[in-house]
Amino acid sequence: MKPFTPFESRLVPMPLDNIDTDQVIPARFLKTTSKEGLDKQLFYDWRYDAQGNPKPDFILNQPQGQNAEILLAGDNFGCGSSREHAPWALTQFGFRAVISTSFADIFTQNSLKNSLLPLIVPADVHAELFALVANQPEARVKVDLASQTLTLPDGKIIEFPVDPFSKTCMLEGVDELGWILKQEPSIAEFEKQMVGTLNTLGA
Amino acid sequence: MKTIIEKVWDSHVVHQQPGAPTLLYIDLHLVHEVTSPQAFAGLRQRGLKVRRPDLTLATADHSIPTTDRNLPILDKIAANQLDQLEQNCRDFGIQCFGVHSSQQGIVHVIGPEYGATQPGMTVCCGDSHTATHGAFGALAFGIGTSEVEQILATQCVLQRKSKTFQVKVDGVLSPGVTAKDIILHLISKIGVGGGTGCVFEYSGSAIRALSMEQRMTVCNMSIEGGARAGMIAPDDATFQYLAGRQFSPKGAEWDAALARWKKLPTDEGAAFDHTLSIDAASIEPMITYGTNPGMGMGITAPLPDPASIADPRERDSMVKALKYMGLEGGKPLLGHPVNVVFIGSCTNSRISDLRSAASILKGRKVNPSVRVMVVPGSQEVKRQAEAEGLPQIFRDAGCDWREPGCSMCIAMNGDMLQPGEYSVSTSNRNFEGRQGKGGRTFLASPLTAAASALSGVVSDVRRIM
Repeated sequence: MKPFTPFESRLVPMPLDNIDTDQVIPARFLKTTSKEGLDKQLFYDWRYDAQGNPKPDFILNQPQGQNAEILLAGDNFGCGSSREHAPWALTQFGFRAVISTSFADIFTQNSLKNSLLPLIVPADVHAELFALVANQPEARVKVDLASQTLTLPDGKIIEFPVDPFSKTCMLEGVDELGWILKQEPSIAEFEKQMVGTLNTLGA
Repeated sequence: MKTIIEKVWDSHVVHQQPGAPTLLYIDLHLVHEVTSPQAFAGLRQRGLKVRRPDLTLATADHSIPTTDRNLPILDKIAANQLDQLEQNCRDFGIQCFGVHSSQQGIVHVIGPEYGATQPGMTVCCGDSHTATHGAFGALAFGIGTSEVEQILATQCVLQRKSKTFQVKVDGVLSPGVTAKDIILHLISKIGVGGGTGCVFEYSGSAIRALSMEQRMTVCNMSIEGGARAGMIAPDDATFQYLAGRQFSPKGAEWDAALARWKKLPTDEGAAFDHTLSIDAASIEPMITYGTNPGMGMGITAPLPDPASIADPRERDSMVKALKYMGLEGGKPLLGHPVNVVFIGSCTNSRISDLRSAASILKGRKVNPSVRVMVVPGSQEVKRQAEAEGLPQIFRDAGCDWREPGCSMCIAMNGDMLQPGEYSVSTSNRNFEGRQGKGGRTFLASPLTAAASALSGVVSDVRRIM
């Protein structure tokens, strides 16, 4: 993982609540055994018609949806399936943050492990951002994970919450598995205590 | 005083460093073909082994065809994924109920069926419906592929403690109302984000009265209410279900396990972060009308009218959902034509679900305009159904009886709706395109699905019971 650095970007508005991961990437694309090439399948059924032609009314097919790094979505983004293919597809397309009032639990975990920031803002700020992008589509906001701040074009600074552990991992570009592997003595000790109660499957 | 949620959590804490999430030990790791290949690839890249293959069990379910298993798999991409699962399991020493195994089935059906899922365990799988296993008093939650890799390598996962949410269902269900209707009712009340950050504990007399299979149906859809897990305290029904199963403890180990399991129920007076009470008698047979499982209602109710929703984004979401579904607000859903009925999925493909559907279909014919697919949850369910003569009842009625798998719940294997088609489905998700691009899903119980198969329209099973 690359360290997560501060950045500035336009917003790609998707003003719908409860966008589920089946929309982010439809299940028929999950037959792959690779993590690569998923950007083409991002929001596929909203993005393309039955013939595979881009639907002009969908935001990712409009100039506003190009070369921007922040998705601005409705409440409870990422609900449903646990597929990590959702953050893989979002990051491969170029997104580095999704802004919403809330995110589904599994999506949050998956995103933080893939350098995609699920950025939570209060409802009033959320509404303000949608109004901003409606009035000034070119407006850019600044995301700084280290200070946990979102800076609006008028200089207003919004603080956002993030799990401190995940924040460190993202800023330093280290993954969790490396950290867990270092806890080997604790794991071995736990297993020693659990001998006789762990139910082995006799493989 | 602790809830069952806290008891199971506390007994699996491996390491707690200030500021860091808890390192939690996982007793049972279930693996399937879709969310594991990239995790095994990660292990190979890092030169790691699977730490506890003896606590890991794999099966093929998501992309597996439900046609004759002796036929070659035509979808080469799916075939490759299924091959990779079996190869990965061979390479890393994991027991795998693969494509040709007599124990193959949906991962959330086989875990309990073979006694691998037990009270007090932590259970993980790269699948959001892992919540199912909570029916046994296990803390069971879905994970992503990075976490699959973490558990394969270390048998541990990093987690923050969830909030506790008590869902108390008291009273007696009316005839024609099932476990599926309890959970659809709950989700319609709290919405698909209502349980975010929480683990549910289902309790109350109506939950106690459910069989283990019915409890699995309830816990299965906890994730559709936003909760990562849903638990039910183990009781005699749980212990009777588990006794004698393949992976259940035996002899003195059984006695010791039983003594541990009996200490799991929530202590009297333990506090929950949230509590919700539901009167079982107030629940009607439920059906969803929209594009998420929270968009559900009693089957006799009229569709919601977007004009009556004040919040603009909420109204737009409802307008978009009804437009996708080709429905008009304010109208009834009863009597709406149906093209396909799907009876199956990790929610409703167990033997009692099939018996329930068969009780309605026996001696009757499905409407010729409807394609009806019955997909047992596992080879074991299939064998039991065959022993009871259920396939004949389904075939005589005009249904298609198929091989086990996730099938049209997720439409990865060729079983799918055509654009614009309507299904009444016993599965768990009615998201846009979930059952096939452009397909439209009404979620309901096996009873409602069977009644709708007979009439060819959305039907109230109580009228023919």
